[in-house]
Amino acid sequence: MATTTLTPAASAYRSGLYAWLTTTDHKKIGIMYLINSFVFFFIAGLMVLVVRAELAQPGLQFVTDATYNELFSMHATVMIFVFIIPILAGFANYVVPLQIGAPDMAFPRINAMSFWMLPLGGTLLLLGFVTGGAAAAGWTSYPPLSEDRPLAAIGSGQDLWIVGLVLIGTSSILGAINFLVTIFKMRAPGMTLFRMPILVWTVLVTSVLVLMATPVITSALIMLFIDRNYGGSFFDPRVGGDPILYQNVFWFYSHPAVYVMVLPAMGMISEILPVFSRKPLFGYKAFVFATAGIGALGFSVWAHHMFTTGAVYLPFFSLMTFLIAVPTGVKMFNWIFTLWRGKLTLATPLLFALGFLSMFLIGGIDGAFSAAVPVDFALHDTYWVVSHLHYVLFGGSVFGVMAGFYFYFPKMTGRMLNETVGKLQFVLMCSGFNLTFFPMHELGLAGMPRRIADYSSAAGWNDLNMLATIGGFTIAASMIPFLWNVFVSLRSGKPAGDDPWEANTLEWATSSPPPPYNFDHLPEIRSERPLFDLRHGRTAGH
Amino acid sequence: MTTDSHALVPVEHSPIAGFAHDSRGGISNPVLGMLLFLTSEVMFFGGLFAAYFSVRANAPQWPPEEFRATLQILPLVGPATILLILSSFTCQFAVWAIRRDDRTAFLRNMTVTVALGITFLLMQGTDYVTLGSEGLTLSSGTFGTTYYTLTGFHGAHVFGGVIMLSVVLYRGMAGQFSSRHHDAVEGASLYWHFVDVVWILLFSLLYLLPGR
Ligand code: HEM
Ligand SMILES: [Cu+2]
Repeated sequence: MATTTLTPAASAYRSGLYAWLTTTDHKKIGIMYLINSFVFFFIAGLMVLVVRAELAQPGLQFVTDATYNELFSMHATVMIFVFIIPILAGFANYVVPLQIGAPDMAFPRINAMSFWMLPLGGTLLLLGFVTGGAAAAGWTSYPPLSEDRPLAAIGSGQDLWIVGLVLIGTSSILGAINFLVTIFKMRAPGMTLFRMPILVWTVLVTSVLVLMATPVITSALIMLFIDRNYGGSFFDPRVGGDPILYQNVFWFYSHPAVYVMVLPAMGMISEILPVFSRKPLFGYKAFVFATAGIGALGFSVWAHHMFTTGAVYLPFFSLMTFLIAVPTGVKMFNWIFTLWRGKLTLATPLLFALGFLSMFLIGGIDGAFSAAVPVDFALHDTYWVVSHLHYVLFGGSVFGVMAGFYFYFPKMTGRMLNETVGKLQFVLMCSGFNLTFFPMHELGLAGMPRRIADYSSAAGWNDLNMLATIGGFTIAASMIPFLWNVFVSLRSGKPAGDDPWEANTLEWATSSPPPPYNFDHLPEIRSERPLFDLRHGRTAGH
Repeated sequence: MTTDSHALVPVEHSPIAGFAHDSRGGISNPVLGMLLFLTSEVMFFGGLFAAYFSVRANAPQWPPEEFRATLQILPLVGPATILLILSSFTCQFAVWAIRRDDRTAFLRNMTVTVALGITFLLMQGTDYVTLGSEGLTLSSGTFGTTYYTLTGFHGAHVFGGVIMLSVVLYRGMAGQFSSRHHDAVEGASLYWHFVDVVWILLFSLLYLLPGR
């Protein structure tokens, strides 16, 4: 590899850490995304362990009501905005340029900036805890609660929450622009749109969603900020404002955002399933159109979060919500028929991918229930919704993240993760997950509202809550083998080689980890599986 | 250390720099990036406009009684509008000039554009002072809140545009642009046109649309 002549002064600075902090290499930036996201994942996880401990039994044992509100609000905020969205962007950062045969992202320095806004924004969010109280109005921060002046007087947490989220949103928008230009303009010769790996397609659609939706929540947050700090009256009904307006603007972003939180995970699953069943993805084009369909329909269903306000046109939003389940169902069939009669290798990435499929299916069916207006009137704001959203977001996205992590770790580090420890993690995580969230269906049906710190022991919710808490701590326990695995494998894991999984796409055609600018030379690209073609001496694909 | 040996190489000299300039024909990366950025800006203003329509529609009366005669096209806002529209033209003249390598015309038009932008900002500031003295503030109900939020965010974008155009002007004076290499000029001018269009919409809504 070419080395550049450097002045002695410059080389003195080139020590490891400095190189990482100043890098514009998409692979290093991608890895920093992952590390940063996992750090916030653990922070948000610890918060919710306190929440679960508090809910294990009736009565207040560990925290006050006020602290409880801060904890569950910040848990959700951090999980959504500083863990799941960024970690998927991190995988995309690492993998997309490799998969399309590009040397880097289109705007490497903007890419670095997008990353650095995340630890900054995340820290601002958390700063509330030490400045007199973090945001406590839920991750949705509906006014009037989030504008309540007495509450605001407690601390600047809600304002820090706003500023942090605006920063993180800007990071997402810049990232989306970067992905789109990269995907449209930097593909290697031969990499036509319909030869792009599915992950690239999902990142493309995700980026469009981010580009069109995130600025809208930025506007909502800014209006909230003006109301809180400069005597504005956007959402204050006492002076002509409208709290429902906030909900509309918020969900115009936040429903598309749920696809931002899951599409790239679906993309990784769609890379993993074909590799471990030794078959091409069933119905590549159908999958692409389903993804685009979800993206388009995603903008027309936001008010299903507002059925009970009585301020939205119920039949339309209910119908659209049912419709969006259709392309989601199409994908389910893509995945199942990819597995069907495949030669399955039950390695850890596949286990997590199967976890994704089954958990996401449950979550999707839960969603379809809530899409029916009369049912939603009964279930809205109960633990049913908590169950639904965790089946899609944890059972779906987080399992997808784990699948992707086990799949791409060898590429990123040159070493394999341990399979036995990986399977142990999967078993713990999957059983802990279901122990925690399955009972919540039942709790929701029994009428337990979400966002409460305490409940009556006569309500009949005691046992299920205890079960959920045990499950929560089991999930926490599953993080021990995970961390151990990463720690040990980094030092002494089995060397991975270029292509440990016999995979199909370009990222496996270069060394592990890849050199700066990724490829010394690219194989010919004649189909969406260039490596498969190479292995089997095929020069013409479809 | 070989893996890090590129860490200090400026991006312009990196192997990917070639991709930035029409490597496969069509629109260049920076210009595409700017167009996408403007899409996000449209959505941002879309959120604010939606809020404006919503509170306006819900209000019993618009403008409210005490502010019936507060927003006046003359003497400031109308002329400022004309200046901003003019500046879009001069900006485009600058782009056309650099496309045919006419640097003198490029610099002249760009200077006028920046000057017009600054004048617009000064006029808007003066107008704010007048309105404030007449009692219209950010906290005068939904009317004041929406007025200042919309025009304020527009003004902030004009400010951003002026900075962008000034950088372009500065780089132009340093001779960095030619007919082959002027993505920054194209990008900045797209941004400036966008800011102009937003103002035309805003002006029509705030000053022309009849109240009730
Ligand atoms: C089959 C497709 C889906 C349907 C029909 C659906 C339907 C719904 C409905 C109707 C609600 C509102 C329930 C209520 O508050 O009363 C809801 C809430 C929610 N959904 Fe889904 N959903 C689907 C997929 C997803 C996916 C893929 C995700 C994320 C990956 C997701 C994340 C959420 C979240 C986070 C909430 C709760 C928001 C909150 O109030 O805090 N959903 N879903
Ligand atoms: Cu939704």
